[in-house]
Amino acid sequence: MGGVRAAGLASHRDNTMGALLAEYQLLAEYLPILIFLGIAIVVAGAAVAMSYVVAQQRPDVAKESPYECGFEPFEDSRSKFDVRFYLVAILFIIFDLEVAFLFPWAVALTDIGAFGFWSMMVFLAVLTVGFIYEWRKGALEWE
Amino acid sequence: MVEFWDVYLWPTLWIVLQIVAIVAPLLLAVAYLTYFERKVIGAMHLRLGPNVVGPFGLLQPIADGMKLFFKETVVPTGANRAVFVIAPMITFILALVAWAVIPFGPGLVLADINVGLLYLFGISSLGVYGIIMAGWASNSKYAFLGSLRSAAQMVSYEVSMGLIIVTVVLCVGSLNLSDIVRAQEGSLGMFNWFVFPLLPMAVIFFVSTLAETNRHPFDLPEAEAELVSGYNVEYSAMTFALFFLGEYANMILMSAMTTILFLGGWLPPFNFAPFTWVPGPVWFALKIAACLFVFVWVRATFPRYRYDQLMRLGWKVFLPISLVAVVVVAGAVAVFGWAPAEGVIHR
Repeated sequence: MGGVRAAGLASHRDNTMGALLAEYQLLAEYLPILIFLGIAIVVAGAAVAMSYVVAQQRPDVAKESPYECGFEPFEDSRSKFDVRFYLVAILFIIFDLEVAFLFPWAVALTDIGAFGFWSMMVFLAVLTVGFIYEWRKGALEWE
Repeated sequence: MVEFWDVYLWPTLWIVLQIVAIVAPLLLAVAYLTYFERKVIGAMHLRLGPNVVGPFGLLQPIADGMKLFFKETVVPTGANRAVFVIAPMITFILALVAWAVIPFGPGLVLADINVGLLYLFGISSLGVYGIIMAGWASNSKYAFLGSLRSAAQMVSYEVSMGLIIVTVVLCVGSLNLSDIVRAQEGSLGMFNWFVFPLLPMAVIFFVSTLAETNRHPFDLPEAEAELVSGYNVEYSAMTFALFFLGEYANMILMSAMTTILFLGGWLPPFNFAPFTWVPGPVWFALKIAACLFVFVWVRATFPRYRYDQLMRLGWKVFLPISLVAVVVVAGAVAVFGWAPAEGVIHR
């Protein structure tokens, strides 16, 4: 969208101006995503709101109680749950961070040469040792 | 005033128009994906599937949509009302917004950002929030357990998906989705697609997308026999419909990702006459349809996994294999300067 204006001003030999324009263009690339987000929010909100207005609302106690196979709900559902779910979340953070580190490395691998390659291999080796430890400790078991 | 129109309004209107051109066919595709699924599974069970509403039952998805629209929105008494209503919206919004970076053909992309793959990965990670919020806000035991299972399953398979995306990025040297498709262009046609050199990764990626979208055989979150319907058990009317639309839009999105990463995006399978006449977006849609057929086929064929089997497959099979794959592909790229693609692009 700022393409025409940016092209016209790009001949302007001013470094700070050029940097500003580059930044402006970078942000302009993301503008459609922002507008898309806005439209998606409006569509989702409008769908729920319109359905709420159009459809007949006839609430009653039985209808609004949580579903528990026809029984009265026994207790509050905010109860204890298995710690393994928590463990999975922690393991996920470790490995997803690893993936986040791998992305820029993968893009730049041909430019950073053997040093870049081997430093990431050392990092992966450390993580693999941790992974083997988790495995041997039984953190991945789910019985 | 003229400048205001030229610089701000028309470009914005143009963007809005493009977004409508993406969203409207997408929602239609989601509606007819449900029809497609029911028809295909019907055929595999030697049944007819929907065939009453309209010719060949073609109006069935429209009728289903209308029915859901005119139903009562039930919010349980114990629920956190705001979170309860926002959760399906999040699922739906994320499923739509991800399409902003998908290239439908050469240059046919709304936002051609240089980190498109990272954006897709991030958006699909955020999908967990809609589900965990729904399970928590419903204040129902089934919904709570279903959302916990679903969240744990999604994060588990996301790790191996991320590592496999890294192997593709290693071959291309760019996170831009159009670059990834162009890197699969070559004289050999379909044999240049990453599905051949990276076959094991493509298979793992596809199975991970099944788990990521909570589809059979990994549909434990909504295992009907134990959890009735999982995290969306308390939802009704349009809030339920948004979950449904979001899930199916996610299926199409994941098929699009598989197509872009491994099946050459909009590229024709052969580089000669009758195949090159067909425009790129048609090839793209056909490949997505083929992936979706496999989604449905798997549903009709496989029994459901047990939860421990699911976690074992994710953490003890896929994760080590994809980790080794990253090292092997990185070694091949670094040592030989070799990449399986002919048209390797390095920005």
